[in-house]
Amino acid sequence: MTDTASTQAAATPGSKPRKKATAFDKNPAKAGWVTKLVLGLICLLWMIPILGTFITSFRSLDAVNNSGWWTVFRHPLTMDLTLHNYHEALFGNAHMGRAFINSIAIALPATFIPILIAAFAAYAFTFMEFPGRDVLFLTIVSMLVVPNYVAFIPILKLYRNFGLNGTFPAVWLAHIGFGMSLAIYILRNYMATLPKTVIESAKIDGASHYQTFFRLVLPMSVPALASFAIFQFLWVWNDLLVALVFIGPGENEPLTVSLTHLKTTLGQGWEVTTAGGFLVMIVPIIVFLSLQRFFIRGLTAGAVKG
Amino acid sequence: MFGKTLTALITVLAGIGAALLLYWILNKIAELLPGRWEDRIKPYLYILPAFAAISLYLIYPAVLTFINSFKDNLSRQWVGTRNYTDLFHDPAFRQTLFNTLLWIVIVPIVTVVLGLMVAVLTDRLSARGEKLTKTVIFLPMAISLIGAATIWRFVYDAEPKGQPQIGILNAFIGIFNWGPVAWLQNSNFHLNSIMLMIILMWAQVGFSMVLLSAAVKGVPVDTLEAARIDGADERQIFFKVVIPQIKGTLITVFITVTITTMKIFDIVYVNTNGNFNTNVLGNQFYNEISTYVNYGAASAIVVILMIAVIPIMWYQVKHFRAEEAA
Repeated sequence: MTDTASTQAAATPGSKPRKKATAFDKNPAKAGWVTKLVLGLICLLWMIPILGTFITSFRSLDAVNNSGWWTVFRHPLTMDLTLHNYHEALFGNAHMGRAFINSIAIALPATFIPILIAAFAAYAFTFMEFPGRDVLFLTIVSMLVVPNYVAFIPILKLYRNFGLNGTFPAVWLAHIGFGMSLAIYILRNYMATLPKTVIESAKIDGASHYQTFFRLVLPMSVPALASFAIFQFLWVWNDLLVALVFIGPGENEPLTVSLTHLKTTLGQGWEVTTAGGFLVMIVPIIVFLSLQRFFIRGLTAGAVKG
Repeated sequence: MFGKTLTALITVLAGIGAALLLYWILNKIAELLPGRWEDRIKPYLYILPAFAAISLYLIYPAVLTFINSFKDNLSRQWVGTRNYTDLFHDPAFRQTLFNTLLWIVIVPIVTVVLGLMVAVLTDRLSARGEKLTKTVIFLPMAISLIGAATIWRFVYDAEPKGQPQIGILNAFIGIFNWGPVAWLQNSNFHLNSIMLMIILMWAQVGFSMVLLSAAVKGVPVDTLEAARIDGADERQIFFKVVIPQIKGTLITVFITVTITTMKIFDIVYVNTNGNFNTNVLGNQFYNEISTYVNYGAASAIVVILMIAVIPIMWYQVKHFRAEEAA
């Protein structure tokens, strides 16, 4: 990711500030101590809220109400931490254990189905010639900015006619529709960079579009597919509004919805809320940390030229 | 629990299977057609499901919402522009509109500037330091806004004076014998709205940083060196060489964050539900359908949002056309 010049900067910590840089320096833009201090401070500010929540989620109600979470560091040996909050959140009134399964059942199809659909469309937009191609593609791209709010009322009514409200397919379909523009945009941008000659020679060898798509283009597009998959998964998993409108509270509610119960139920303290909050976060954090590389590559592929 | 898991698993497999089956059938249909027609029809069949999804979930609702915004609360009778006039005569709604505007003005600019700053500064760190810093700052991106709202409500907590403060912000200013401040209830100078905006910025800076960092690294080194040889200092290089070359990405990030900000809902809903003068359009929309069951007003709110988005949409299409031509 970084060039060799910045590794040099690491070898000489506290190197001179960049203003003194001359044209003879190999890399005039080394990190001075000011830069490091500023970045360290930002990182600290960024982490404190998460750290505080994390620690609070292991503390008892009394401890949470009577002292700040940072006080645990005063007596590091007698931290007095408990798993009770997690037990309460998972199996108590909020049913977060059940909601966890619901979230998975919502997020997996809502991630994979749009990828398949978008990949087919992106393939057609990239490798096939047909009248109206540009107009159709521009229509799809311009839909990127339409807020998904617009869909809620009309689709709710439509769903009512089919009895879909409150079911998993109701949210899957909604997420397919809402995620489609971005998916096609990212995948088409990526497919346009694939070597056209390979696809053309496959055609000459007698491969159908269907075969070319599944055997050639899909495997070659894995980086873009992966990055969109992560993006869509995080989006669906973290979504509150769509779930609230189309599934609502009840048997099939996902984690984000059940977390709102923890907040509104009277008598619940911070401790269970923070544990619940962490239960919602744990999957995205794992997904993100383990697949970070794909995610970032995909994001930048669509938006940064060159 | 087991039954539930099994049901969920079967539903998941059925859903994905159905999607695969759909394309197999579509392809078979195309192959049944005589050769010339097969080639003509096939692209449309490949696009059909995607376009159908977008039409059903975005285009059709947009049109219908526009129509419904001129009907009464249950969309039965035409009421002309009454939904709009009612909204604009309501001082509370005007305040909501103003708050949303405040979000749109403040959040994207701060997010882009902060993201750019971090992107440029991390570029000077060692490879390991850069990766670590970026991960820390990007991490909130993976957290749901409702999770973020939970986290921050805890930061902003205020206890009555004299009692130990368990929110870190009040504990911190308490060291200087100041406060406690009810961060989310105090609407002087929109303090509480700004506190809510900080949550969104915290979540979005990582996104802007990643895109801008990639763009900054993509700036050709020889242009920097040429400027240095010509005697430009680092500040001039940054503003006159780097910025113009990453303008495209800057605009993309700015637009994306602006759109996210316009649609903001979760953060406000969870923290204040729009009370204490923090209401925004997204939250008001939700209240109109869930609390007041007034589809007419809710539709009108969405139409207002869509109209506000039109310039961005126009720009996006123009930008895209230019990019294609390049």
